Formats: sequence, C-alpha cells, structure tokens
Amino acid sequence: MTELNKLTIAQARDALKAGETTSTALTESCLAAIDAADALNAFVHKTPELALEQAKAADARIAAGDAPALCGIPLGIKDLFCTKGVPSQAASNILEGFKPEYESTVSQNLFDAGAVMLGKLNMDEFAMGSSNETSCYGNAVNPWRRGNDDTALTPGGSSGGSASAVSADLCLGATGTDTGGSIRQPAAFTGITGIKPTYGRCSRWGIIAFASSLDQAGPMTKDVRDSAIMLQAMCSHDPKDSTSVDFPVPDFEAALTGDIRGKTIGIPKEYRLDGMPEEIDQLWTRGKEMLADAGAKVVDISLPHTKYALPAYYVIAPAEASSNLARYDGVRYGHRAKLAAGDGITEMYEKTRAEGFGHEVQRRVMVGTYVLSAGFYDAYYNRARKVRALIKKDFDDAFAAGVDAILTPATPSAAFGLGEMAEADPVQMYLNDVFTVTVNLAGLPGISVPAGVDKRGLPLGLQLIGRPWEEGDLLNTAYVLERAAGFVSKPAKWW
Amino acid sequence: MSIDKATAAKVAKLARIKVEEDALPALAEEFNTILGFIEQLNEVDVEGVEPMTSVTPMRLKRREDVVTEGGQQDKILANAPDAREGFFAVPKVVE
Repeated sequence: MTELNKLTIAQARDALKAGETTSTALTESCLAAIDAADALNAFVHKTPELALEQAKAADARIAAGDAPALCGIPLGIKDLFCTKGVPSQAASNILEGFKPEYESTVSQNLFDAGAVMLGKLNMDEFAMGSSNETSCYGNAVNPWRRGNDDTALTPGGSSGGSASAVSADLCLGATGTDTGGSIRQPAAFTGITGIKPTYGRCSRWGIIAFASSLDQAGPMTKDVRDSAIMLQAMCSHDPKDSTSVDFPVPDFEAALTGDIRGKTIGIPKEYRLDGMPEEIDQLWTRGKEMLADAGAKVVDISLPHTKYALPAYYVIAPAEASSNLARYDGVRYGHRAKLAAGDGITEMYEKTRAEGFGHEVQRRVMVGTYVLSAGFYDAYYNRARKVRALIKKDFDDAFAAGVDAILTPATPSAAFGLGEMAEADPVQMYLNDVFTVTVNLAGLPGISVPAGVDKRGLPLGLQLIGRPWEEGDLLNTAYVLERAAGFVSKPAKWW
Repeated sequence: MSIDKATAAKVAKLARIKVEEDALPALAEEFNTILGFIEQLNEVDVEGVEPMTSVTPMRLKRREDVVTEGGQQDKILANAPDAREGFFAVPKVVE
C-alpha cells in the first residue's frame, strides 16, 4: 500500500472496511506529514491528541461493525469553523485566544459521520482575500512550484491552508468555505477538487460569518468521488440556520455513473476575457471537447450581466461584512485594546478594532459602512441587489432553455507568487474571482476540477456550474471531466 | 463620486475603527479606487427590477417562542476579555 496519508477518502474507507489498516495508523501518518510540512504553514492549530482520541473511537466503531460514511477518516478544518474547545479565530488577531463553547453544525455532522480532526487550517483573515496573504498566521504556501524555480507561490484564498494541506497529502480532505470563490480558486491553484454547494445546502451555524447571503461551506478533496462522499456528510437541514433548506440530501456518490449522454453543456461567451492567457483558453476548449466526446451536447450561451458580478459583489459582500463584523467590539470575546486613562467605551471599540482587524478587513468593513450609510444606500446597496437579481435571471434563463451545466475556466491565471500582487491596487486582486463570484451571487452549486498544467507545470482548473439543488448531477459531469482529463500530477516534495 | 479626507474620517468613525490622521489620504485613495470600480453598476438598466432578498424563494421557518438553549451564563462569559459577577464588564458608559 502507498503511504497512508496519500490515500483518497474512498481508498481509505475501503481499506478500513477490509481491515487492511486502522484509523489510528491513518491519523498517525497524517500527523507525521503535518509535522514535516511546517514550511507550508497550512495547519495553524494542530490537534494531535484529539485526533488520536477520535481515531481510537473510530477504530472501535469499525470493529463493532458500526462504521458511518467517514468513519476514521482524518480531515483538516478551516479556521473559520467554530470547533469546541479548539482555537477558532478566522485567521484574525481580533479573535486571539477564542475557544468556542460549541461546535459548528458542519463539523459536528462530520464528527457524527466518524471523521477525525487533525487541526485547524490557515486562511485569509475572515475569508477576505484570494491569496491567503491577509492571515494573522502569515502566508500559507502552495506545494506546487514553477518547475525548478523556488519562488513561493500562493495556494489561493481564502481557503488557502485547506488547499495546500490536501494537495500536499497532509490530510485526506478538508473543509473550505466559499463566499466569492474561496473553495474553487484555491482548489484550481493546487490541483485539487472543490465544490461549493447550492446556497442553503450546508448550515452556516457556527461558521464565522463574512457575507451571510453568499457564504457556503464545502469540501476540498483529492478527487470528485471524495467531494461527493464528504459533501454528503456535511449537508443537513439545521433549525439553527434559517437559510438552511429542509430538502432531503440525495446520495451524491451514487450519482457518479460516468454517463452524461444527452446532457446539455453551456459555454458562456462572456467568460472569454481580453488578455486571458492562451493556455486557459486552450484548456477550456479541451474541456468542451471532452464533454462532447462523452456524449454531451455543447451549446454557446449568453450570460449578459456577467461583467457586473464583481462590482455588485464588492458592494454586497462588504455591506454584509460591515454588519457581521460589528460584533467584534472587545466585549464578548477575543481581543480588547489596552486603554489609556480617561478612555471611554467608544475609544475601546475604535482601538480594539484598529488593533484586531488587518488592513484588508478594515478596508472592507469601511467600504461596507460607506455603501450602507445614509444617502448612499439606494445608489449602491439597493442597485447592487437589483443587479444581483439580473445575474441570477441570466442563469435561470439558461437553465430554462435546457442547459444542465455550464463550463468555464476556474481562474483567469495559474497560481501567482506570494507578494507579487503587493503593489497592485485592491481591484486587481479582486479580479481573481471573476469566474467564480457569479455563482455565489446566484446561489448556485459550482465545482472546480483540475484539468491540466500550464507550460511551467502549474495546475489549472475548469469550473462547472450546475442547476440549484442538483449537486449530484453536477458531480457526475465533473466526474466525467476528471476521467477524461486524467489529471494525476502531484507537486514534487520540497518542504 | 470622490471621497476626500474628511469623508474617509467620517466612515472610519461610523465603522468604529481608529485611523490615524496621516493614514487618511491613502485610505481615501483606496476608497476611490474601489468605488470607481463599483460605479460600473450605473450602466445597468435596473428599471422595475426588485432587489434580491434571497437566492431561493422560501418562507422562513417558524418555531414556538420558547427558550431553547438557555441557562448557559458561564459558557457565554467564558471568552470575555473582562467578566465580573456574571456580567460583561466595559469602561464607564454613562457619566
């Protein structure tokens, strides 16, 4: 057998069931890999004692013949999820020392399914970023490099630690969250698979809020089958989240038939950007051919409001963030600034938030405050919500015309170097999410599948966008794409 | 719409984030870049379009108006920077 930490979830599950290994052995293998990978800065709070305790319990369940879907599978959890008694600080200094007294619904669902938690994963502060460079823990690093060039590359963001950890085989799978592309962009940058389900599939309860109408949790895994298995365990109806839907969760793994004959795949013309690298365009063309070869009908479609998705997002997301992050005031949890003689409560708020929030978070909170302020609410916030309705209608029209899934590139480039965007203005960084953000605004499921490498050997991803609530069908199309692309490259170990 | 230093200071105040005087011009500049990008939304004809409130049209679930998970004062105060006698403690609010 290969090294245990390199197994997929499905392989490990089958090996556990067959008695060929134990959860304890799997967990020890991952813990050793994590300790040897500090250079990636992916795991920022390690929980080895808890992991070994959970592994022991999983082994007992397997021995007793009571093994749920993820029994004994070691996972990493993004720092955005509140995990009981374990630091959960959204990569922000303002939540320094915060140890939740409760468990997020998604992580609880994973534990109920028998999963083992190896630790908490690095991310952009409050999930605001596309390169993991806004983290209070420092940058997470991509295990991939440009050939022999040892420039440190970004794993993407905001779920950069999750992407780096899965790509480097530090865990079998990881949780991510996606507000504008934070699962799909890092998955594409690191050669792994990541799916954001339909808004409402996963409970948001216990996930530290960024932009509540856009945030969704999802799995980041080594292949499509693993995403199906892990997503199944994460989804549930939850009375504690009023936007969580009370729909049955279908068997996503059973949907992976590999048969997409007769399906209609839409190619939106607005996703062809000026100045897009040739390699991305070629990959997109190959993706179309692969799906056509598998028997799907490929049609050109138009999503006319695509261009306005990013500007609408950069009104709506900061507006919601400014409201959500108002709770960090130095009173109930986390950091409180040291006060000078005579300072009152206003000084306490202002100093605490100036010290606790990083630059990007401060900027977004203030932009959100501005667009919601008296006199600008209609001009910015309400207008953006109207444009959002038009963006959703574009997708509704395409689906009504018979399209089953939409194929696009996942990102406008391969992973870039850490620090390379430091001189760029904030809008340049925001353009990373140009292909993914529409999906959050419309609440749709979207998946990124690794489909090739660029000329320097870096992975590139394709995105498939599905009909609402049809994650099973979407995963099946992704499965066909994955098999046709045959992407098996792994980063050469340098860490 | 151009944001000047005074507007930047006002926004920082509303957001309860202390920004030093000498950092205000750069902040105003950043706001202008972002707002310039957002201005594109003015090109869209939104006549007669309802602002979106929910991506999936649904009625919010209702429940009985009863205490579900009460009686957890210790847990609620456990992470407070300053908790005394069962309360959150803050600097003097009222003179």
